[in-house]
Amino acid sequence: MKIVITTTSPDITAEIDPRFGRASHFLIVDPDTLEWQAIPNPGVTASGGAGIRAAQFICDQKVDAVISGDFGPNAYDALKEAGISMYIFGSSRTVQETLENFKSGQIEPLTAPADRGRRRR
Amino acid sequence: MIIAIASGKGGTGKTTIATSLALCLVAKPSPPVPLDASSLPLFLDCDVEAPNAHLFLKPVFDQCHQVGVLIPQVDEALCVHCGTCAQVCQFHAIAVLGEKTLVFPQLCHGCGTCTLMCPQSAISETLQVVGVLERGPTPSGVQFARGVLNIGEPMAVPLIRQLKAWIDPQADQVVIVDAPPGTSCPVVASVSGADFLLLVTEPTPFGFHDLKLAVEVARELHIPAGVVLNRYVVDSPDGRYNTFVETFCQEQGLPILLRIPFEREIAAGIARGKTLTEFKPGFVSVFQELLARITTEVQTGVPIQRF
Repeated sequence: MKIVITTTSPDITAEIDPRFGRASHFLIVDPDTLEWQAIPNPGVTASGGAGIRAAQFICDQKVDAVISGDFGPNAYDALKEAGISMYIFGSSRTVQETLENFKSGQIEPLTAPADRGRRRR
Repeated sequence: MIIAIASGKGGTGKTTIATSLALCLVAKPSPPVPLDASSLPLFLDCDVEAPNAHLFLKPVFDQCHQVGVLIPQVDEALCVHCGTCAQVCQFHAIAVLGEKTLVFPQLCHGCGTCTLMCPQSAISETLQVVGVLERGPTPSGVQFARGVLNIGEPMAVPLIRQLKAWIDPQADQVVIVDAPPGTSCPVVASVSGADFLLLVTEPTPFGFHDLKLAVEVARELHIPAGVVLNRYVVDSPDGRYNTFVETFCQEQGLPILLRIPFEREIAAGIARGKTLTEFKPGFVSVFQELLARITTEVQTGVPIQRF
């Protein structure tokens, strides 16, 4: 299983980045073997559509789930369409905590985007 | 000659300045300035998200047509999900997610690149209406045109571009472009191609801050610019911002072309839907001189020097 955690730096000891589309890095990690790889988010510099760009990237990485602090409506639609499960950090502040909470089932899957407010049509 | 009026901060007086300039161009009996323009001035209200210049110039619209953006439509039967469209889209408006290609119309600029690049020719385009363009004469003799973006539509640029297509490059007329506030894409689309940019500011922290951003836009687009200092007031807690603006303009080599005092009478007149030059006739000659100086700079290329 491969999951993505949004992080502030490219390291397994990193703190989490609460944003999805504008997250600094994506840490791709296998929760069982702890094998990991960190990749800068290509969406971070996008002038618009950062969430979609990031979702496209995540989808291309063939992962099973993403854990972040917030998913915008476009990113939510794209990831849902791609069949990638979305989870919210909750109380976790680091990658380590996130992985522990994920494995013990303390992180809830997301069923609706954080904010539909900016959705225009 | 195209004169654009922008500000950075909203509510500094762009429309007040723009409408007064337009009225001066048709002022009677004396023709305003040594303008050799043969046709009537054209006024473009490019603030398509909240156009308001019509409240002052009172045009009678006799032309109206819809404007749209060509949005891609993917034929899933032909699509092989190769991802080319997502890679070429500069606006991230299309994504290929496994066996599904998803279009995000609210991000699409209608550039057509995905349609052109699709190796399967699986993309066609449908017109999605985003707003209307309206045009008509004003009683004062100005040709007036504006764009009105549909409520909820995020994309102003396509509408502004089509509004500006009403400028006839061959016509010997003065065009007044009333730009939207801010310094983002709609402003760039509005002021691009202008011969002169009037930046309207006010002596407040926000007015000053946004003026600096607006000056950067002018520099980036290589448009000669000058400043109008509106709500000019000396004895107030914010009086020091007059000095900040003046010092900044001096450092930047930007002429302050006009100072409009902060007066209750002016606010009251604007609130009644009157143009500044209508209820303060003394301003007619002031705006005519402003026009004359801008015209001279545009025609000779010699920057206006006075501060």
